[in-house]
Amino acid sequence: MATTLTKIRFREPQIEMAHGAGGKASRRLVEGLFAPLLFGSSPGPLGDAAHIQINGTRIAMTTDSFVVKPLSFPGGSIGELAINGTVNDLAVSGARAEAIVVTFVLEAGLPTDILEAEVRAMAKAAEAADVRIAGGDTKVVEHGKADNMYITTTGLGRLLAGVEISPQSVRVGDKVLLSGPIGDHGITILLARGDLDLEAELRSDTRSVFPLVQALVREAGAGVRWMRDPTRGGVATSLNELARDCGLGIVIFEEKLPIRDTVRGACELLGLDPLHIANEGQFLAIVAAEHADAALQALHATPGGQEAVLIGEIREQPDSAVLVTTLYGGSRLVDMLVGDPLPRIC
Amino acid sequence: MKYVDEFRAPELIRKAGKEIRRLADSKRHYRIMEVCGGHTHAIYRFGLKDLLPENVELIHGPGCPVCVLPMGRIDDGLSLASQSDFIFAAFGDMMRVPGTHGSPLEYKARGMDVRIVYSPADALKLARNNPEKHVMFFAIGFETTAPSTALTLMRAKMEGLHNFSVFCNHVTIIPAIRAILDSPDMRLDGFVGPGHVSTVIGCRPYDWIAKDAGKPVVVSGFEPLDILQSIVMLLRQLKNGESKVENQYKRVVPWEGNSAALRAMAETFELRPYFEWRGLGFISQSALKIRPSYAEWDSEQRFTMPGVRVTDPKAAQCGEVLKGVLKPSQCKLFGRECTPEQPVGALMVSSEGSCAAYYNYEHRKPVSIANAAAN
Repeated sequence: MATTLTKIRFREPQIEMAHGAGGKASRRLVEGLFAPLLFGSSPGPLGDAAHIQINGTRIAMTTDSFVVKPLSFPGGSIGELAINGTVNDLAVSGARAEAIVVTFVLEAGLPTDILEAEVRAMAKAAEAADVRIAGGDTKVVEHGKADNMYITTTGLGRLLAGVEISPQSVRVGDKVLLSGPIGDHGITILLARGDLDLEAELRSDTRSVFPLVQALVREAGAGVRWMRDPTRGGVATSLNELARDCGLGIVIFEEKLPIRDTVRGACELLGLDPLHIANEGQFLAIVAAEHADAALQALHATPGGQEAVLIGEIREQPDSAVLVTTLYGGSRLVDMLVGDPLPRIC
Repeated sequence: MKYVDEFRAPELIRKAGKEIRRLADSKRHYRIMEVCGGHTHAIYRFGLKDLLPENVELIHGPGCPVCVLPMGRIDDGLSLASQSDFIFAAFGDMMRVPGTHGSPLEYKARGMDVRIVYSPADALKLARNNPEKHVMFFAIGFETTAPSTALTLMRAKMEGLHNFSVFCNHVTIIPAIRAILDSPDMRLDGFVGPGHVSTVIGCRPYDWIAKDAGKPVVVSGFEPLDILQSIVMLLRQLKNGESKVENQYKRVVPWEGNSAALRAMAETFELRPYFEWRGLGFISQSALKIRPSYAEWDSEQRFTMPGVRVTDPKAAQCGEVLKGVLKPSQCKLFGRECTPEQPVGALMVSSEGSCAAYYNYEHRKPVSIANAAAN
């Protein structure tokens, strides 16, 4: 365990917004300050949930805080995200969510009907995901000290039988599967904030991905090497983390990426890369080549999985990086997101 | 997606690549400058260099407004807007540009009221909705964005909206191209001309480049096919020993430009005698300031600005990269002290800066992949 002598690598003088955006800065904070002081010197690859053994039973545990603005948006709201986000973090760790505890930080002056609507949304999402809300805590802070409400959820899950996932098990030739279209959530939120005077028919993709994960694991078993839900930082950030953790190259075929025209249009207009946009109801899976076709069919046969696609494969090169190739023979590296995605003008 | 997919059609792009290889004389080395940062970004984003033969080299030009903005101007803007009753409004491009004590985003995290707007008209709306605050719009950009700033100034005057001002950092493209051509260490064969700037100024202002400097110019769009076709047109001119201005981006750029936009600019702006460009130094008559008749809406005329001058770190070789003398990766700081997250030099700041584009999309790309695509 850490002592007062434990050195930290994090040298930045203060916390900036980028440290919470899920990209490189977040990683520096976690690896440079939290990990050495809280988990000892080598935390290993940082997954979506911790795996713990209690009396021989393998348990997955995760926690997540939700600070969304606006609180509700087309297709979802903070209450629903708070349940699905934690259910999904457990799911992509190969676990079925069993129980969740909730902490609310409420701002004085928050109208009760807004709180009620969010708690109802949580109950509904928990019922849909078949997970029990086992307890909670409430704190109220002064008006102006929080954006209406923050929610933290902590979830416990039981690992599915036969699942063995880790970045180290990824091999050259493995395939990259994606459960459906990307960018819906991030672009919906960006537009719902109303700062950009843009409107589009678009809904957040927030949902539990557990049924899809379960179908995938049932079909491919230990052929499923790694999974991740590409939330903040998008597909590019999740895949870069994997590339770094497994030391291999990930090649994505641009023409295979499922992106709705609305999302593509908004991204073109705003100068954003859909690969950097957040998702709340999709997941990435690395699957052994010999299982890839059957795994894809299993996803297609599961409700909500019809749009799943094979988007790329693992190669030896580029070393620890993600490369996107185009049909016409061009290619580019895609890095993790740096800071928040910001619209460009020219 | 309409008007996009047609210009990314693989078979047409491959055909253009083949035509480039056919036209390029294997005994010759071509150095073509794309002036505009939007082109630089597109070239890397679409991996177009993979499609070019080795002897057709693209040199990245100065057309990235964020990159050429001296740090002192950012310090000035942030220092003024640090007053409690100010709102600092700017395009997203500006938000990560470092001043001496941090970027606008970092100031925002520390409590300054910083808003990202998508057009200057949105900043004006902020002023209408926040009458108790003063909204300062930090205006940047070439002739592409200057007309919308001009119209916003006219609107503010018409409405008599007094809690709004513009901190004008607009620059003009022609003097920058002249500075590059005047540079003794520069050797260029032709220019991929700026597309969006030309929608405003048209194609005539480039005449002297073709006639006097003897370098062909092709005004180009921003999709992969646009850029490759422009290179084809340049190589064709070079092969025929010609030097003229051509317009590849006809679907958007009128030869004479946009007279309404030019009128709005003439109404509100005049040329500064000189202006400092990051990496290029002082260039005479290269930037716009707000006319005295709009003094009320000019942050510089209305308020006292500190007028900070900050010299760029000596080790950063932005000037050489900006002029195309060095490649981004040949700068001593590239990828070590200077990265998109913690930029030292200007070109690493904006996604359109050549260093940032090179860092993000190219520099760790294995040679084998790049070569395989070209063959």
